[in-house]
Amino acid sequence: MCDTCGCGPEGEAVLRRPGEGSGHNHEHHHHAEGGGHQHLHGENGDGHAHHEVHHHAHEGRAGRKIGMEQDVLRENNLLAERNRGYFEAKHMLVLNFLSSPGSGKTSLLEKTIPALRDVVPVAVIEGDQQTTNDADRIGALGVPVIQVNTGTGCHLDALMINRAVKELEPADNSLLCIENVGNLVCPAMFDLGEALKVVVISVTEGDDKPLKYPYMFHEADVCILNKTDLLPYVEFSAETCRENAMRVGHDIEWFEVSVKTGDGLDQWLDWLKTRLERR
Amino acid sequence: MSVALSIVDAVEEKARLEGAGRISEIELVVGRMAGIQPESLKFCFPAAARGTLAEDAVLLIEEREALGSCADCGSTFPVSFYLVECPRCRSLGVRVVSGDEFLIQSITIEEE
Repeated sequence: MCDTCGCGPEGEAVLRRPGEGSGHNHEHHHHAEGGGHQHLHGENGDGHAHHEVHHHAHEGRAGRKIGMEQDVLRENNLLAERNRGYFEAKHMLVLNFLSSPGSGKTSLLEKTIPALRDVVPVAVIEGDQQTTNDADRIGALGVPVIQVNTGTGCHLDALMINRAVKELEPADNSLLCIENVGNLVCPAMFDLGEALKVVVISVTEGDDKPLKYPYMFHEADVCILNKTDLLPYVEFSAETCRENAMRVGHDIEWFEVSVKTGDGLDQWLDWLKTRLERR
Repeated sequence: MSVALSIVDAVEEKARLEGAGRISEIELVVGRMAGIQPESLKFCFPAAARGTLAEDAVLLIEEREALGSCADCGSTFPVSFYLVECPRCRSLGVRVVSGDEFLIQSITIEEE
């Protein structure tokens, strides 16, 4: 999926505390541990993609074919499982929040965190291409937060989370909310080690979105329909949207909320509290 | 693009272990439900591979069909989308059971 959008290599991601400008550049631990190979490619991008078909004269010398049978996303998946093991050992519940830009992920967190912080310690990892705006908003709530700026990247990956968690040092028995880069495509492919994927969709977007972005809704465990206070003013059927979501993700948990008015938030919070007890 | 870079990383590591001078061919397997567009991958690959052992490699992509299995009648059939109806009993309780693979099957290396 990602190869459609021209996003850059993961090594460009920068971790920031709220309010930190562009200067604070951590030494880049490109690979978790002992990874010897370096990303020396990728900074090109001036469009030399024109030789799609190579006509190779093998000059009569046969090359040696070596079987690999290796998953392309193996590195990410292995690291995601390491993250998952760390989270489990610390009795943490980790949620990966996903949506298009502007569906209300950060606003949802701004309502969710104050309601839960007396029950459980909360920490947040914010993913955006640029700025610490979201981390500043979450930081204002007084909970630990790290901003991951992905640069040209369009999604968070397991390595970014691994680095961010080392910096964040989340408490045992805590809730960690990861707010992914606003994008309904690529983040669906990259496991971060989370327990649950929470997709947020708003009523200003179109009730066929689950069918347009089926991979995301298929991967999701929870779907939260936001901005329901605007339902009278838009051409959007909550029922149709729910049906569409259920068609591509048969066992999705569905919530309808207005983060602005607080309508429906209790159901979501109650469900989350129950889920926290089970972790 | 980051997917193309992952492929280049993986094949280069393997090729170096095998003492290759360059990689001439890479065989990939992409399931129909893997969420990967082979055309986009082919487009991105040369940029991702520039300056690496895989720079001149030919990318061969085998697309594999996805299979769904009906929870109600148990029949298995090809699918191309998560939203499918069982062709035998019309049930919507269909689980996708294969077709999300995305593998580097093999590489061909030249010793030179």
